[in-house]
Amino acid sequence: MAPAYTDKEMMALVAGRFVKNGDVLFAGTGLSMLAATVAKRIHAPQAVVFFETGGIDPALAELPLAVADPRVMTGTCMNSGLLDAFSLLVHRRLRTIAFLGAAQIDPYGNINSTCLGDYRRPRVRFPGCGGACDAASQAFGVIIFMQQEKKRFVEKVDYLSSVGWLRGADSRRQAGYARGGPMAVVTNLGVMKFEEESKRMYLSEYYPGVTPTQVAENTGFALDVSRAKESAPPSPEELAILRRDVDPQRLILGPMAA
Amino acid sequence: MNDSRGATSKLMTAAEAVRRFVRDGDMIALGGFTVSRNVMLIAREIIRQGRRDLHLVMHSHGQAMDILVGAGAVSRLELAYGGTGRFAPTGIRFRKAVQSGRVQVEDYSNFHMSLRFLAGALNLPFIPSRSGFESDVLGREGFGPELRGRGKIPPHKAIVSSNPFNPDPEPVVLLPALTPDVALVHAQYVGEDGTVRIKGLTFLDIEQARAASRVIVTCEEVVPAGFLRQDPDQNSLPPFLVDAVVAAPYGAHPTACHFFYDYDPRHLNMYRQAAGDEDGFRRYLDEWVYGVPDQEAYLAKVGAADLMRIKANSSLGYAPGLDRR
Repeated sequence: MAPAYTDKEMMALVAGRFVKNGDVLFAGTGLSMLAATVAKRIHAPQAVVFFETGGIDPALAELPLAVADPRVMTGTCMNSGLLDAFSLLVHRRLRTIAFLGAAQIDPYGNINSTCLGDYRRPRVRFPGCGGACDAASQAFGVIIFMQQEKKRFVEKVDYLSSVGWLRGADSRRQAGYARGGPMAVVTNLGVMKFEEESKRMYLSEYYPGVTPTQVAENTGFALDVSRAKESAPPSPEELAILRRDVDPQRLILGPMAA
Repeated sequence: MNDSRGATSKLMTAAEAVRRFVRDGDMIALGGFTVSRNVMLIAREIIRQGRRDLHLVMHSHGQAMDILVGAGAVSRLELAYGGTGRFAPTGIRFRKAVQSGRVQVEDYSNFHMSLRFLAGALNLPFIPSRSGFESDVLGREGFGPELRGRGKIPPHKAIVSSNPFNPDPEPVVLLPALTPDVALVHAQYVGEDGTVRIKGLTFLDIEQARAASRVIVTCEEVVPAGFLRQDPDQNSLPPFLVDAVVAAPYGAHPTACHFFYDYDPRHLNMYRQAAGDEDGFRRYLDEWVYGVPDQEAYLAKVGAADLMRIKANSSLGYAPGLDRR
């Protein structure tokens, strides 16, 4: 039976499930905006969403399309600027969770949002790390959105924009990072997490209608799928809130057909 | 930079501001962020006056960056992010220019760039950070040895050092300060004397202006200085830091200006289409930059219907229900 929801809907909802009430969410553009908004509407109403541009806890009556969208400046507890926003991102009292996206990821959750090929004369240039490098460095934790494809899940990223667990084990802390690191990778096929000791990526959940083998086949490095469980499908309530309240114009969700 | 000639001497047209304060080869800090408060009128004027070899410095930009790069006015950029969110996740002309080697890029993070402007504003030579250890953002240099150590480009992109106050090893990143030749700002209100009031998010505009040698501010409304002094808590920059004040209604179009207008989805979508190929972009410049000598002509071309569509609701600050597809 064809699923009654799209990949993007599933990704936003699954990522939103990681959010706890009271978390402070650092949201970027695209899916991360949806995940933060939907989590706040569904099960974490006390979560605070803020943007690196300085908009803190906006009403989000309409979905912002960029972190500088005027919709992040309305109904906030305060409007500020980048330095104020980064002071929250790094605050030791706050459990700041950042949602990030990228073009490439390696087995330790290091991501590339800068370029493919040679840095000075790239084959493909992407926008650059923005605030993702900072969130990956200093937030309490990060959740990464990816399309699960062999060319995106690679042994080594072309350019390391934002650090994950670096070379695994203790290497992140050794490099000078006091906290943080990727908690999960949410893709169109499932959810990957990182081994407690080695910090290597493994498959934690696969979506209904997807097999663990299918996930492994769309990954460019060896992926342990032995512990994977099937994800709970979205509930009708979750889908209704996402479609009706969060993104009625389907600006980020895209077309209904999966 | 006190202007002894009196307040009104700062009021001028965009053409005069660019003629007097922007030179070939300048390092220019762009105000705004991706789709908000881009200093579009000045960007178009810089292109019209044929400025060359500019060195743009910014955190995350945006429409002004993309047309300046596309028009060939820029040789070098230091930035964290080049795009306009969903309308162009990577700046169309920015991407082409980088891939073809027409511009050189030095990548930093948004926090890095914010700190570098702050250091410049505080007259500090460098500033520490904890972002990016062992990343390529710190490890790879975009500017080659031929540029390093010349003019405003420091000999090193960043240096990883150790906290001198901690007896145990604790790495810190040292970042060079930024002191741009010119900062461009688009604000909602500027007093006749040059006092600036930015509504909504200030991004890093205030620090960028403080770090710069010269400051050009365009604004939705020029107001009596006394009006801004009635509620000075709301003000962003003192008048004596500002060199040029340009009255520019809709001066950030097609990007947004909080409480005045939203971004213009039709224009941004049209731009994305046009900028995708050389002829299309050339036509865009002919039509929307070279073909319009000033803001009045530009707004006449945008048209009343589109300006009405994006008009901000005075309670919300944006245009509710705007078709943003």
